[in-house]
Amino acid sequence: MGREDDERPDEGEIEMGALKAIYAMWYREIRVFSREKSRIVASVINPLFFLLIFGGGLGNIGGFGTVGGEVFIFPAIVGMVLLFTSIFFGLYIVWDRKVDFLKEVLVAPISRLSMFIGKIVGGSTDSIIQATLVLILGVFIGVNYTPLSIPLTFGFMFLTTTILVSIGLIMGSRMESPEGFQLITSFVVFPMFLLTLFPFDKLPSYLVPFAYIDPMTYAVDGLRGVIIGANYFPVYLDAVVLAVLDCIFIATGTYAFQKMKI
Amino acid sequence: MSSKSAIETLNLTKKFNGVKAVDDLSLKIEHGEVFGLLGPNGAGKTTILMMLTTLIQPTAGTALVNGYDIRKEQDKVRKSIGIVFQDPSSDDILTGYENLKLHAMLYDVPDEVVESKIGEVLKLVDLEDRKKELVKNYSGGMRRRLEIARGLLHQPAVLFLDEPTLGLDPQARERIWQYIRKLANEKNVTIVLTTHYMEEADLLCNRIAIIDKGKIVALDTPGNLKKIIGGDIIRIKSPEPNIEAIRKLDFVKKVEMVDGTVSITVEGARRHLTTILEAIGKVDSVYVREPTLNDVFLHYTGGEMEDSGAEGGWAERMMSAQTRGR
Repeated sequence: MGREDDERPDEGEIEMGALKAIYAMWYREIRVFSREKSRIVASVINPLFFLLIFGGGLGNIGGFGTVGGEVFIFPAIVGMVLLFTSIFFGLYIVWDRKVDFLKEVLVAPISRLSMFIGKIVGGSTDSIIQATLVLILGVFIGVNYTPLSIPLTFGFMFLTTTILVSIGLIMGSRMESPEGFQLITSFVVFPMFLLTLFPFDKLPSYLVPFAYIDPMTYAVDGLRGVIIGANYFPVYLDAVVLAVLDCIFIATGTYAFQKMKI
Repeated sequence: MSSKSAIETLNLTKKFNGVKAVDDLSLKIEHGEVFGLLGPNGAGKTTILMMLTTLIQPTAGTALVNGYDIRKEQDKVRKSIGIVFQDPSSDDILTGYENLKLHAMLYDVPDEVVESKIGEVLKLVDLEDRKKELVKNYSGGMRRRLEIARGLLHQPAVLFLDEPTLGLDPQARERIWQYIRKLANEKNVTIVLTTHYMEEADLLCNRIAIIDKGKIVALDTPGNLKKIIGGDIIRIKSPEPNIEAIRKLDFVKKVEMVDGTVSITVEGARRHLTTILEAIGKVDSVYVREPTLNDVFLHYTGGEMEDSGAEGGWAERMMSAQTRGR
């Protein structure tokens, strides 16, 4: 509905207003997040089981080269936390709309772009905090972090979560009710995650095309590169693919938000 | 374009799938007024409000809100208005204070005045002592009060209230009315409210537009609207009412049978009551009252008085006459 193309009296003032609006959106998410401590704990338990049971079992079957099974799937588990938290964060705007809080934001004199960016920053903060808890667990299974790998890991996590929150928000802005969550989990989230559990070169050929279009492939490959040095693509390529996807999804998401009805 | 009125609509029209929800509406609302849009559910009140607050686009025509065009200057319109929705729109996992703080940021209220403004609006709706509680622990009335406070936080020139007391119990409703009146008296704000409660419109509004099927069917002060009915209403329950005798009395304006009771419109009911009672024959019960907006409403929206559907309205009017304690 073209709310963005109003005349703007004072550019500088508007910039400040936009930053404030983004901060407001973030403030809300952090307040909500900080009140849901049980959710945070629960979000670490599931990955832990995956890591120990699934990773441990895989490790005994062998075939991961220089690293053990737990260590090999560890970046995929970090990716999983990012994936589930971010997508569901985005989808949750369906609920916000239902409980009507979103109305307050939609009628505020802020641009849909600020709104969208605010949501992304909020959602990314949530999921990076949760993924960090899992990263700490890595120490116990023998992952060695270095002063270089830590900032690179966070860089990859940020590139990844922003894509995922955007995907969630895009789907959420098109949905009428939360009933579709289960379908999205089955048809989008789970396949995206499962494809990252295995070495790319060991995937059966019919899965390879799907792995190529799965953003999580590049996210987890990049994390594998910087955390345990077991990447398939060059790490810079992973980063470039993620950055390009970010541009595409953020643009699409802003468009979807502009079209979003109250 | 500029306008001296707080709101001016120019042939404002909204169609949904070809059906006109708002039909060629032109009206002016002046600064400082409490203006009521009164109509049944589905009359188009909320659609009008949604257009004036830029939430939906008109199909044709436009409106100026505080001099800003709702089609072309949406951000300016939004900054200059406050909205309290029909459904709760506060965040229930945040505290009352946090909801206000969030609003201040979204509306870019200058940092140095945020705290004092929040304090001021909380005081206005008597929620200072509950500000640190999560909104999910608030009652419906408290939540509505918080949202009214929030709507005022950025000092809008116009405050829109969509069915402000819908779903509230009588005490909470009474309280909301107090706050709205206080606002109208103390703050320099124009209030536009929609309601389908006659009593509410009557008590609060300086002027009322009665909306039916997307059109204004009447627009005036509550007092003038009631004058249209042209007298008081006497209802008599009688086993064999002598209607012809009543019709012959020259001060009687209208006689109708409604669900077995005779409804008589008379100027100066108290003066003529004995004459009427003598004329009608045997009487079981008598009820006399002044006209209410509901009578006006029924008068304009097509005399539903005759059919049984009006029974609910009658009961409601009896009730509202009681709660008003007249």
